[in-house]
Amino acid sequence: MTTGILLQILQTLLAILLAPLLMGWVNQCRAWLQGRSAPPIGQPYRTIKKLFHKDAVLAHDASQLFRFAPYLIFACMVLAAGIVPTIANDLPFSPAADVIALVGIFALARVFQALAAMDIGTSFGTLGARREMLVSFLAEPALLMVFFTASLISHSTELPVIVQTLAHKQFVIYPSLAFAAVAFWMVSTAENARIPIDNPTTHLELTMIHEAMILEYSARHLALIEWAVALKLFTYSALGIALFVPWGIAPAGDLSALPLAVLALLVKMMLGGAGLSLLEAISAKLRLFRAPEFLGTAFLLAVLGMLTHFLLEI
Amino acid sequence: MLDLIPLQWAWGIVLYWLLLAGASLLAQRNAALITAIVFPLGALGALAIAGVGALGLAGPSAHFILPIGLPDLPFHLRLDALSGFFLVLLGGAAFGVTVYAMGYFKSMAAEQLSLLALWYHLFLAGMAMVLLADDAYAFMVAWEVMALSSYFLVTTDHKIPEIRRAGFLYLLIAHVGAVSLLLCFGVLQGGHGAYTFDYMRSAELTPFWASAAYLLALFGFGAKAGLVPMHVWLPEAHPAAPSPVSALMSGVMLKTAIYGLLRVTFDLLNVQLAWWGTLALTLGLLTALYGVIFAAVQSDMKRLLAWSSIENIGIVLAGFGLSLIFYADGKGALAALTMTALLYHAINHAFFKGLLFIGTGSVLHSTGVRHMGALGGLIRYMPWTAWLTLVGALAIAGLPPLNGFVSEWLLLQAFLLSPGLSHHYLNMVIPVAAAAIALASALAAYVMVKFFGVVFLGQPRAANLEHAHEAGWPERLGMIWMALACVLLGLFPVQVIVWLEPVVRLLTSQTMTNAGNWLMLAPISAERASYAPLIFFAVIAAITLLVFFGVKRVYHGRVRRADPWDCGFPEQDARMQDSAEGFGQPIRQIFESFMRVEREMPDPFDRAPQYRGDSRDKIWLLIYQPIADLTAWLSAQAGRLQHGRIHWYLIYSFATLIFLLVFTR
Repeated sequence: MTTGILLQILQTLLAILLAPLLMGWVNQCRAWLQGRSAPPIGQPYRTIKKLFHKDAVLAHDASQLFRFAPYLIFACMVLAAGIVPTIANDLPFSPAADVIALVGIFALARVFQALAAMDIGTSFGTLGARREMLVSFLAEPALLMVFFTASLISHSTELPVIVQTLAHKQFVIYPSLAFAAVAFWMVSTAENARIPIDNPTTHLELTMIHEAMILEYSARHLALIEWAVALKLFTYSALGIALFVPWGIAPAGDLSALPLAVLALLVKMMLGGAGLSLLEAISAKLRLFRAPEFLGTAFLLAVLGMLTHFLLEI
Repeated sequence: MLDLIPLQWAWGIVLYWLLLAGASLLAQRNAALITAIVFPLGALGALAIAGVGALGLAGPSAHFILPIGLPDLPFHLRLDALSGFFLVLLGGAAFGVTVYAMGYFKSMAAEQLSLLALWYHLFLAGMAMVLLADDAYAFMVAWEVMALSSYFLVTTDHKIPEIRRAGFLYLLIAHVGAVSLLLCFGVLQGGHGAYTFDYMRSAELTPFWASAAYLLALFGFGAKAGLVPMHVWLPEAHPAAPSPVSALMSGVMLKTAIYGLLRVTFDLLNVQLAWWGTLALTLGLLTALYGVIFAAVQSDMKRLLAWSSIENIGIVLAGFGLSLIFYADGKGALAALTMTALLYHAINHAFFKGLLFIGTGSVLHSTGVRHMGALGGLIRYMPWTAWLTLVGALAIAGLPPLNGFVSEWLLLQAFLLSPGLSHHYLNMVIPVAAAAIALASALAAYVMVKFFGVVFLGQPRAANLEHAHEAGWPERLGMIWMALACVLLGLFPVQVIVWLEPVVRLLTSQTMTNAGNWLMLAPISAERASYAPLIFFAVIAAITLLVFFGVKRVYHGRVRRADPWDCGFPEQDARMQDSAEGFGQPIRQIFESFMRVEREMPDPFDRAPQYRGDSRDKIWLLIYQPIADLTAWLSAQAGRLQHGRIHWYLIYSFATLIFLLVFTR
């Protein structure tokens, strides 16, 4: 039990500390693919550090909700990172929330982000909030469907059980999981504000979604939000790994498998980050009202995956 | 004899409310007397009936016969676990709302207020009697008292023509539903001619007649609950009524319909068929989606909440359908799980929707505006109302760790367990149907961000909002009570589920097993799914505080105030924020095929442009409008007979006489 708790804390800290690194790696890969010279891989850390040192500038009318939201969003993301198995499958905290609750945590953070964006009452803030909620109400059911497919296979909505079942699965390949994986990729681009739904590097009013919501934040509040964004990308990557390529995650109670698990995680994250930036480099951002079609496709793929499970796998 | 005490108390409280109703008529000259004495006493009654309900829920069922009614048709009363549960729901929500009403109605004219207090307490008594009735006669009398008193409450401001129209629509649909219920009881008695529920339980109905009774009940109670397509009265009646009344109607009265449906289907009927469940599930999901889509495009805050009630009733009915499917298939444990989820959602909805309605009441009271386009920024002027309403908004959006999430989580778990069914198609289709619940709850989050963001956040959209005053203490206490219930129901689901056990056992003859401990909710088994809201909440709160103080200690807490940046654009004003229509525009664009959108676009050179976009309910146009037109046409035809000439009327009488002479020989 104590080793479990230690592992839990270790794993969560690892996620918090590694998250900006993954962000830096993705940025670096994308810069290479675009033929630019890349910023150093540790750039996100420097940005966060710089932001923490600055004086916070708040609008005159900012309410308590505006100041409180970044802390809550960060806490939600830490909680989410604590539930997803990254290196070990032995998490004493994970019974506190299953995959449905995980979706709930993301939703809680998102709702507070959107409310905080509307708090100052600028035109961009409300625009961002509206677009974010639009994207999310389509993405959330699709994400749930992906999780449902995985949990119908493993008869559980607990992530450790799902990971354990899928790591020792009886078929070589589950056709349903193939559908679910594509759907999951599509949803995670939308949820993490990446191309083709959103572009994290733009501040163009016609296209921005997530950036529009955080325009009014500065200094420590912005640092926390940026960190939470990195942590969200990390958690989603870890989720994708846990669901679709779970090999290497140390089973419960097996400490000797830990070094290998850390190595496997790093390699998988590197490959995943490179893949993400490659897909971002070769695709263009969609018009906003194309987003429902994109996410609708993701949803249908996830539903198809579920039906495939019923038709072929039982 | 000891078993009878809670029931007698419950009946006593009904009498007490009736007495208060009469007393408020006497206080016609003195408004202060009503708000300071009658309403607090009414609130005490609500609290007492919640306590009595809790006793009845835990204890054995009791019944007795009241010596009132027609000569050989006395009222039968009964208090069992199901009535007990709904009495707790009624009392708990009504207590908060009535405490709120003490402050809310302070500025009302004495004469109007005394009438309102009369109907208000009659309404409470009627709802309690519906839950206690044990024969069709008492049930229908109570049902009508509830419908009529709420009609008079809806039409409190009867000088406004729209409100009269809304009241008429409500009365009409309530009575179409009531006729269906009368027929339903007629079928249920199965030829005995005895209308007590005891006889109905023992009546052996063939599947055909049982189905007929079920369909009549679904239609009759569905009309009261707001099942699509009988939902049209809700978005009209809720905005028309004073806010505490809307809170009671939406939070509690809709639940009496759920109570009736449960009572008829699981208690009075002897057979349950699987297709009934499929029908209810389909209608429920349809209602949930339809309601939430329309909620997203509303710009009147109470109308938005009314549509959101339709959504929640849809979710409850979907749960009811699923439970029925499991029950008819012999999967008692799963039926119990689903039943728990639906009862949980029913009580959750009573509290969070009640809270939201009284929250809008405070806004309405201090600004006089219902249209969201003329509000904004109220969190600065009414912080209590804003933060308490936020609790309700987060709860209804199904966000952990509040109560809305628990019931949706349980319901989704039930959906995921449906592959255990023995039907080949159902076990494939039902998990997919869970997608509809997921979509509805994600859209509910959209709706609530819109509602809270537009009303309470941002810049005030009208100049007079800066004088908005905070709600007084009775109002705040009422809201705090409701918000506290939302939080507690969210944090202690295990205790609530244990408490619900007798009700679930009564209906499905099984209980939901919780494999977790007192902290952890784990239906079926801990391996399968678990959720521990208290730990969840503690961890989030701990990390938030840790980060807050950590950041403050390691760095500095310096803050500078400046103008908003907004990408460097200097000339921004409140009109550049999203209006309610603007925030709903994406939903309107995506789901335009469900609604008829009426737009008035301004001319590009217009100096004072006015834009209007109104999303109308297509069901109204497709179903109700033709019926209304047909009725109008028929009455016009019948009107031709009436033209006021005396000799024609003499000819009618003569013709009738001849007709009768010819045919009655």
